Amino acid sequence: MSTLSESTLIDAEGYYGTFGGAFVPEMLYANIVELQACYLSIMAEPSFEAELEILLRDFVGRPTPLFEAKRLSARHGYQVLLKREDLCHTGAHKVNNTVGQILLAKRLGKRKIVAETGAGQHGVATATVCALMGMDCIVYMGEVDMARQQPNVDRMRMMGAKVVPATSGSKTLKDATNEAMRHWINHPADTHYIIGSAVGPHPYPDMVARFQSIISSECQRQLIAQFGLEHPDAVLACVGGGSNAAGAFYHYLSDERVMLFGAEAAGLGVETGHTAATLNLGTNGVLHGAMSKIIQTADGQVIEPYSISAGLDYPGIGPMHAYLHEIERVVYIPVTDQQALDAGFELSRLEGIIPALETAHALALLPTLDLPHGSTIIVCLSGRGDKDLMTYTKYLDQYTQSAN
Amino acid sequence: MTATNRINIRINQRGQNPLLSVFFTAGFPALGDTLPIAEALAAAGVDMLEIGMPYSDPIADGPVIQHSSEVALRNGMTMELLFAQLADLRPKINIPVLLMGYYNPVFQYGLERFVRQCQAVGIDGLIIPDLPPQVYERHFANLFEEAGLANIFLICPQTSDERIRYIDSLSRGFIYAVSSASITGGSGPITDTQTAYFERLNGFKLRSPHVIGFGISDATFFQQATKYAAGAIVGTAFINLLNSHPQHYQDHIGSFVQSLKEQAIPN
Ligand SMILES: Cc1ncc(COP(=O)(O)O)c(C=O)c1O
Repeated sequence: MSTLSESTLIDAEGYYGTFGGAFVPEMLYANIVELQACYLSIMAEPSFEAELEILLRDFVGRPTPLFEAKRLSARHGYQVLLKREDLCHTGAHKVNNTVGQILLAKRLGKRKIVAETGAGQHGVATATVCALMGMDCIVYMGEVDMARQQPNVDRMRMMGAKVVPATSGSKTLKDATNEAMRHWINHPADTHYIIGSAVGPHPYPDMVARFQSIISSECQRQLIAQFGLEHPDAVLACVGGGSNAAGAFYHYLSDERVMLFGAEAAGLGVETGHTAATLNLGTNGVLHGAMSKIIQTADGQVIEPYSISAGLDYPGIGPMHAYLHEIERVVYIPVTDQQALDAGFELSRLEGIIPALETAHALALLPTLDLPHGSTIIVCLSGRGDKDLMTYTKYLDQYTQSAN
Repeated sequence: MTATNRINIRINQRGQNPLLSVFFTAGFPALGDTLPIAEALAAAGVDMLEIGMPYSDPIADGPVIQHSSEVALRNGMTMELLFAQLADLRPKINIPVLLMGYYNPVFQYGLERFVRQCQAVGIDGLIIPDLPPQVYERHFANLFEEAGLANIFLICPQTSDERIRYIDSLSRGFIYAVSSASITGGSGPITDTQTAYFERLNGFKLRSPHVIGFGISDATFFQQATKYAAGAIVGTAFINLLNSHPQHYQDHIGSFVQSLKEQAIPN
């Protein structure tokens, strides 16, 4: 394991080790190069920082609490602290990124926004900031996901976004991302693409990670102020494309006292062929503009993933995570649908918090870890479960019976 | 004769006639159609062929080419099978033949192995839209040059002057000028913005000739575009023809090619 800092994590061309880069067709080159050239300087402008800070505080509701979950702690024998991203406006961490990117888009002179969404959380977070800023918003969403996350489709429409079904391939997140990229190729001049995770061509993975890094910077402060602790023993997060995990890990990457664990969606099981466990199954390849790990055939065709959770149903992963996996800084553990459901119902019962199905994957790591009794563990509670009620409801009888 | 020469010779020998290049997807409509379609196109007088290597996530393609790729993959097309089919390419077909596709399948196949197979079956050039010029220059240029394979780069209306010159310096064969800011499958008529862009390209006096592609949907657009270029590439319109006549495309290829060629004004 090597030590990491912001400056050694990624190089000037957007590579994390051999992962990353910008593999985009020429039609996107001008936009990507513009972003690469100015994202860091714009983010460092005092007026940008000030505007972002106010929006994060008064619109998003930050800082989000770091909550000691006592009954969950007792159940697992750890001190479990929940970083309450579910309490962000719109119900998930996704808005940390969209608030940042919309301010950036404004400074780039863009008037329209395109986005992809899986669970609909990123789509909602994008539609929200577009309404706030008075910008046009088009969100591509897989047809399958539109059905399983209907409430989020309605929320986006209510805020004025146009939701376009992606009907190709598996009709989920991967295909929605393809469609959003095609839309951007067709509208390069007036449109900014707000990617929803730490994926895509450079500079997106780094830019999204930086916008989400507020999660771990708040954790650092709260841990000292509330618990007198300099650092946790471990941080847990679920990993779809990897944005909430990137944010939750970011300021702990160089602190070797902190163990980092990512939960990947195993679907029905890593070996079943119905899975989205990219780091455990994937091989090196290029998808959506970056070299990373992807789940693919020997012939380089991307395999359609499966997970009960629409936000983790993605055959790739951000290049930063491919790298952190390779250098073994982070341990990525597959979590099945069943384990996630167990954890989702457990948190609801024990703490009165219904987590998103994505988040439930992170919680499901608690019983699998073999850490010393009493270890302090931060779980990134990336989102709330309202959008997943339809899915949870299918299993409600089963869990109510087993609880009696 | 090295492969790059086959492209250059064809372009140089076109005389007054614009070059017509046709794109189609390998393994579509039926798995075994790759070579028969290539032969029919060559027999009908097409000047150059671009054979698409199907990919599951073609982000630069519109619905028609996406669909052809999906069908080809469902039919069972693979890189291995494509090269097996192309083993009979030469000497049956004498015109330049290029492979076009996305980087990931080529990367999985292994670049060296891929280049050697291209050389073995007589492929003249490659078009890989999501392989950036800088990555090509750093890692693959020597490999391609030694094999005599032309790597064809895309330029588009947003490509800066400086970058056009850089791409020209790396190019062999020709430069692929994307007709507008778009994915494949658009259609004419030609706009003033496009005319201005084509005129700008001609102003550069580039080393490599350029050929215009994307959105060349009919004879009129072909004729207009080739006033400004060495030739043009027809893709979606030809796939549409295959979609209309999946069994009997052989009966229609001749007239399709004729209609494009006849109306073209010698430049
Ligand atoms: C609540 C929640 N958590 C996690 C994710 C997964 O995304 P990421 O890995 O980018 O955090 C999503 C995606 O939709 C989500 O909605």
